[in-house]
Amino acid sequence: MIPGIGAFTWDTLWCFSQVKGTMETGTTEADIISTVEFNHTGELLATGDKGGRVVIFQREQESKNQVHRRGEYNVYSTFQSHEPEFDYLKSLEIEEKINKIRWLPQQNAAYFLLSTNDKTVKLWKVSERDKRPEGYNLKDEEGRLRDPATITTLRVPVLRPMDLMVEATPRRVFANAHTYHINSISVNSDYETYMSADDLRINLWNFEITNQSFNIVDIKPANMEELTEVITAAEFHPHHCNTFVYSSSKGTIRLCDMRASALCDRHTKFFEEPEDPSNRSFFSEIISSISDVKFSHSGRYIMTRDYLTVKVWDLNMENRPIETYQVHDYLRSKLCSLYENDCIFDKFECVWNGSDSVIMTGSYNNFFRMFDRNTKRDVTLEASRENSKPRAILKPRKVCVGGKRRKDEISVDSLDFSKKILHTAWHPSENIIAVAATNNLYIFQDKVN
Amino acid sequence: MMLSKGLKRKREEDEEGKEALAVDTWWLDPGHPAMAQAPPAMASSSLFDLSVLKLHHSLRQSEPDLQHLVLVVNTLWRIQTCMALTAALPPMPSLPTAPGIADNLLASSDASLSASMASLLEDLSHIEGLSQAPQPLVDEGPPGRPTGGAPPSLGALDLLGPATGCLLDDGLEGLFEDTDTSVYDSELWAPASEGHKSSPEDGPGKEEAPELDEAELDYLMDVLVGIQALERPPGPGR
Repeated sequence: MIPGIGAFTWDTLWCFSQVKGTMETGTTEADIISTVEFNHTGELLATGDKGGRVVIFQREQESKNQVHRRGEYNVYSTFQSHEPEFDYLKSLEIEEKINKIRWLPQQNAAYFLLSTNDKTVKLWKVSERDKRPEGYNLKDEEGRLRDPATITTLRVPVLRPMDLMVEATPRRVFANAHTYHINSISVNSDYETYMSADDLRINLWNFEITNQSFNIVDIKPANMEELTEVITAAEFHPHHCNTFVYSSSKGTIRLCDMRASALCDRHTKFFEEPEDPSNRSFFSEIISSISDVKFSHSGRYIMTRDYLTVKVWDLNMENRPIETYQVHDYLRSKLCSLYENDCIFDKFECVWNGSDSVIMTGSYNNFFRMFDRNTKRDVTLEASRENSKPRAILKPRKVCVGGKRRKDEISVDSLDFSKKILHTAWHPSENIIAVAATNNLYIFQDKVN
Repeated sequence: MMLSKGLKRKREEDEEGKEALAVDTWWLDPGHPAMAQAPPAMASSSLFDLSVLKLHHSLRQSEPDLQHLVLVVNTLWRIQTCMALTAALPPMPSLPTAPGIADNLLASSDASLSASMASLLEDLSHIEGLSQAPQPLVDEGPPGRPTGGAPPSLGALDLLGPATGCLLDDGLEGLFEDTDTSVYDSELWAPASEGHKSSPEDGPGKEEAPELDEAELDYLMDVLVGIQALERPPGPGR
């Protein structure tokens, strides 16, 4: 374990930092957070919600006077990314819900991010303006054009300070390329292209070109009667711009090399774990469906999330994962009920910490889990308003699976399945995590000694 | 045409028959942990009914979640296969289920279910054909979300009505709120029929509809729901 800032040891204590969102018990559907993402430096934290809005938080500068308090995240910009649409041709509603946000690496003073709903990807530019030009010759201070005949002198416009204004402008709209619902977007390491994936296809885009995309994966069968599998997630390799992976509803991961062919229907590597006969059930396929796939920062490993587990795969070994972590195995005996209430179809995401030593994913009852890959220890924490005192240390939670329940444990039957942590994010270099709990965003930090 | 079974691919594959048996008869083992909660036949039939309900609900969506749909269909196939094997085996005296339940379920649902699922997934392919047309610009979209008074979707999924009345119990009345559907009255959508169109009934007080033969009715329905193959040029970049 490499010591230093961002290092995670089993002595790491997580503290409550902030919570964003309303405390009202009645939650508006539109306020439900649907995606969370730190930018590459961790300075910005973006959330998207079901109402199509994007809220960006910026970390304030750390104060030398308050060394015990890391910089807090405050609202930096809020904008409406997607609006509800109606497809007149097919008589279908297109939800404005933001499925994914991905940041582009910062190359100048402005920030760029991609946001997508089910059908359309948009590139947004978020920039600051703290000066405004004054002294135009052809227009007055209100912007109205002046009669040229009244102009007798020329002056040089000057920039004068103004209150900081953050504006978000849509710079590109990538539309009309997906028949099915977009589930993933991923920026390529070349910073020139990105991909968008729906249930059956993956398209490759150039950031500068909006009226054309290249289809790189197509698993739609010629005869739709033969459809038994869909694409669930996709991501580019963090360093190799020719490599990407996509996962399926059958629990498989395919790694593809775009140098091999234009259409990557034939995978380069195929990752699948043999089914455990002792755990076989009617729901085996559903619980094996992969809801998220993420490359490690190093690019050597892949992490996948299915309904009950998180698995880490070595790119050099296809026949089984190198690590498997049980997220909430106590639900295995409840699959029938979870099938009935559709919870078994919930799509949990998973994230790596900055050093790839710890992985995190969500669960029910507003619980989220962390697994230390080195020590093999794990912890269950809860995102709740009850633990929302500043710098309050989060107490590990435990689910009682049988026998006598201890005082601080919760029984499986008492879990609230409406409180699910589907979306989490980990700061790229520090122990700061963002956890989306319905319409609230919790930010936790490790205890600063 | 039957759907493929959607069984999870195994690394050590023998013949298909062996694999199917190995995968789908585990539930006959009373000691299997998954079967500890309920007798196999009851568990299978209740799950089957639940899955059919889920499929029904999914079909009612204007644009169903394809992943959800595929997983439910694949699960249905698993259950149906198990029930078929149960029906093929000698009855177990200890089970309280009435004899032939599995047979009845299969008899009533197999053909229609297979046809409906086959039609469903086939019709989903027409969605892509329709998607080649230019989409309306965002700015030109209607303000806000359409209310319930807007005309319901004429998506391809609605085509399941004639083939499987059991999946669209409400019939098609709601789909044509502002259209005189007297020429397409009940006999055309009888659950037992498999797409066979009978002559329409003349309801009291309704205008006399012109006499149309079956072929013309089929043609009209096809045009309405857009099943006619739309020859469109390939989209950009494809």
